[in-house]
Amino acid sequence: MSAVDLASAALWLAGAGFFLAGTAGLLRFPDVYTRLHALAKVDNLGLGLVVLGLLVRAEGPAAALKLVLVWLLALFASATVSYLIARRALRRGIEPWRGEGP
Amino acid sequence: MAELAGWLAAFLLANLLVALVRVARGPTQADRMLAALLFGTTGVALLLLLAEAQAEPALIDAALVFALLAAIAGAAFAQRAWREEGGDERR
Repeated sequence: MSAVDLASAALWLAGAGFFLAGTAGLLRFPDVYTRLHALAKVDNLGLGLVVLGLLVRAEGPAAALKLVLVWLLALFASATVSYLIARRALRRGIEPWRGEGP
Repeated sequence: MAELAGWLAAFLLANLLVALVRVARGPTQADRMLAALLFGTTGVALLLLLAEAQAEPALIDAALVFALLAAIAGAAFAQRAWREEGGDERR
């Protein structure tokens, strides 16, 4: 296990931790808006760490650049979709959770 | 090293299946739409890890296309899917 392997393994496990946190948040949070927050953590942190782990092992600059582009596209994609869902939910009259009750 | 990537890919898949519970149970339509988001991100991470596990660089391009499709599907879902619930806004 060389240093590169250790670094990428550590980054991957951290990323997997954020994926777990995002899914747990998705299941446990009370309303749509808080769940959107949980999902935002999943993609920019979970996916970001996985991509970082892959960057450490990437052969050339071209492969590394492509990995970063995939991550950026995923970021923009989920930011756009989160915005659309939240705006639509607000217009539909889904009240944000105010902290009372379980 | 490659089998760690494989195991992580399996973990992400299990993550995805657990998230389907929210899709089934989600009270509002918006909760079901969250799945489109989660599938996009987790799918991309899954493909990237598989590209590493099987030393198959073509899967990175598949992840790129998948991220793009997740964006379009999510946006279309958010814009169109709520029409039948008595869409009040006439645009």
